[in-house]
Amino acid sequence: MSPTAKSLNPFSLKERIKVPRQLMPEQPADERNKNFNEVNLGYSPELARQEALRCLECAKPTCTDNCPVGVNVKEFVELIVAGDFLGAAAKIREDNVLPAVTGRVCPQEDHCEGKCLLSKKVKPLGIGYLERFVADYEQRMGTHILPNVTPTGKKVAVVGSGPSGLTVAGDLIQKGHKVRVFEALHELGGVLVYGIPEFRLPKQIIREQLDYMREMGVEFETDVVVGRTVTIDELMQEEGFDAVYIGTGAGLPQFMGIPGEHLNGVYSANEFLTRINLMKAYKFPTYDEPMLDLHGKDVAVIGGGNTALDAIRSALRLGARKAYVIYRRSEAEMPARAEEVHHARQEGIDFQMLTAPVEFLSDGNGWLTAARCVRMELGEPDSSGRRRPVPIKGSEVDLPLSVAIMAIGTTANPIVQSTTPGLGTDKRGYIQADSNTQRTTRKGVFAGGDIVTGAATVILAMGAGRRAASSIHDYLTTGEW
Amino acid sequence: MFKIIHAQFIAPGIKRFVLEAPRIARKQKAGQFVILRVYQEGERIPITIENSDPQRGTINIVVQSAGKTTQLLNSLNTGDSILDVVGPLGKPSEIEKVGTVVVIGGGVGTAMAYPSAAAFKRAGNRVITIIGARTKELVILETELREVSDVLMITTDDGSYSDKGFVTDKLRQLIENGTRIDLVLAIGPIVMMKAVAEMTRKENIHTVVSLNPIMIDGTGMCGGCRVLIDNKSEFACVDGPEFDAHKVNFGVLVQRNSMYRDAEQKSLQAFKHSAGDPATTQCALAQGGKR
Repeated sequence: MSPTAKSLNPFSLKERIKVPRQLMPEQPADERNKNFNEVNLGYSPELARQEALRCLECAKPTCTDNCPVGVNVKEFVELIVAGDFLGAAAKIREDNVLPAVTGRVCPQEDHCEGKCLLSKKVKPLGIGYLERFVADYEQRMGTHILPNVTPTGKKVAVVGSGPSGLTVAGDLIQKGHKVRVFEALHELGGVLVYGIPEFRLPKQIIREQLDYMREMGVEFETDVVVGRTVTIDELMQEEGFDAVYIGTGAGLPQFMGIPGEHLNGVYSANEFLTRINLMKAYKFPTYDEPMLDLHGKDVAVIGGGNTALDAIRSALRLGARKAYVIYRRSEAEMPARAEEVHHARQEGIDFQMLTAPVEFLSDGNGWLTAARCVRMELGEPDSSGRRRPVPIKGSEVDLPLSVAIMAIGTTANPIVQSTTPGLGTDKRGYIQADSNTQRTTRKGVFAGGDIVTGAATVILAMGAGRRAASSIHDYLTTGEW
Repeated sequence: MFKIIHAQFIAPGIKRFVLEAPRIARKQKAGQFVILRVYQEGERIPITIENSDPQRGTINIVVQSAGKTTQLLNSLNTGDSILDVVGPLGKPSEIEKVGTVVVIGGGVGTAMAYPSAAAFKRAGNRVITIIGARTKELVILETELREVSDVLMITTDDGSYSDKGFVTDKLRQLIENGTRIDLVLAIGPIVMMKAVAEMTRKENIHTVVSLNPIMIDGTGMCGGCRVLIDNKSEFACVDGPEFDAHKVNFGVLVQRNSMYRDAEQKSLQAFKHSAGDPATTQCALAQGGKR
């Protein structure tokens, strides 16, 4: 493959491969593990241009093909090379309404960067870092390029203001439809706000993205639990919405069903993170929501995903003496983003791999004192394709703990399904939706994100949102179902 | 912002608020609750809905002063606002014609028992209501409950009004008198609900209780409200709040509700310390009002 004829990049392909991937400036590990400020500090314009020069400008860019929302990587990187950072941001926004978010939390190694041609020889292009840079640059400049739209007179209700709902809202408002987003909590942003901690995704960034969406005309209503406060049918029949998108996100936390899970000190990751991120319980008593004091305590998270790492790294920042990740498989199988595992290790998190709790022990007064764990070895691959962990007989060990956080996944939230007649669900209770159009079994009702797939990532939820927005637009313009 | 149309103490430390909440008013059914957050730095707490008026677009909530948030709430008056009110949450009570229903309300739980008693009556049941309070001044909703009950019994712990004793004394009398009871609904302090459950278990009377665990989002996300039902985890916000009393592990509920006792005490003391100056509260609320 060769650079396009009009390339602004002065380097030959061979030279580009020799340019090292530009390191992301970050807070030193032994400082950041005591504060909630962002770990990554962001590229300077110089670093961004230097990194952008590494792009091979493939004729058939596999990065874009592997992006769930189809960001035009090659073109936005070219604009960075040309020094047109605002243009680069606008280019990304054509496909991605939340670039400052995905630039930070998307597992790029599974998508764009994982397929970058450079990665065959050297480290892949820092696409996530570049995306973050232009989104932040645009924010600092305070100038958005607002799209021109012609109103269609159609109204769409979006249920849930998480990444998939916001994507649908952002895409449809640009097509001229009226969009109103309903949120159950008192703050907008869904998992971006209650789940992902400040040190990985500052809340100010979400507020800025929301302000931008308001500028484009998206309406928001908080404190509305669709299914309870108002039903899908009422939205369509009484409030005049022509289509509804359901993006209600992750459901109830799963527990292991082992003895002692109801002890005081055992949290679900959702509760633990909600107390910290949404309710600011770590600022108690300035904020009223309490949480257990973690100073000098030993804390463990059970699980190996991003949520698990978010929880345990938060615990460390709140003064935990020891902070463990207890994961029943090995590091290779951990679903967490590679950069998060790397950062967590630097910060001093103790990874207890191939280990699983079998019981939580108490002090006799209802408080957790330890997790009885068993060591595992990997056996044959299971249905997920990963090697199944098998307990090693006689390997029990008691790990003293004051707090244990369960981050082993979620189940479907039943509220919308149980109050919407005719809305098909699968046997686990998730909403059935076509994987291309995101149509549900109810005319005019679309769904996507975790409430369809079960717990996944921000970018996959946004991908579903994009597909849904496109088919909602088709439905609203043609009337065909 | 949710405007307080009317606020009035109905007993010492127990206040009724009429809130402007048209969406909730339209949907509220017996057995459901709201979660509210008074101001920007406030916690989210579940609160009983006593009644609603869909035409006026209002709901009534009844709040008993206990911790900081309820004390702060009860310092609010007509014309003030509450920052966030979300609901109606939880599954509604299952209201069917079953025959004779004994509705038991203990303390401020009486406010939540009221809409259920009324609904059971409307469904054609014979409704026997027992309300219990510590003392005469704390007996609430007597007139309202008399209207919807075939029989109303009242007990006070100190005997200062009606009969001295506990709601379970009345329930035992009913059972001993051979009164046919098809269903018992008990809402109140955990010790009361547990005592009722133990009594009816022996008699094999189907009994429902409304649980009040610690809760944050109330929408089936955080899992903080998990309760042990038949030795399995269930979530009061989406699976409840009403459960089969004979399957509830009350011990775990008491234990988990005590998790933040120290923090709650600290919060309350700090609030009481500053409450001597009403301007402090007003200032906090005014700030909270800005989103």
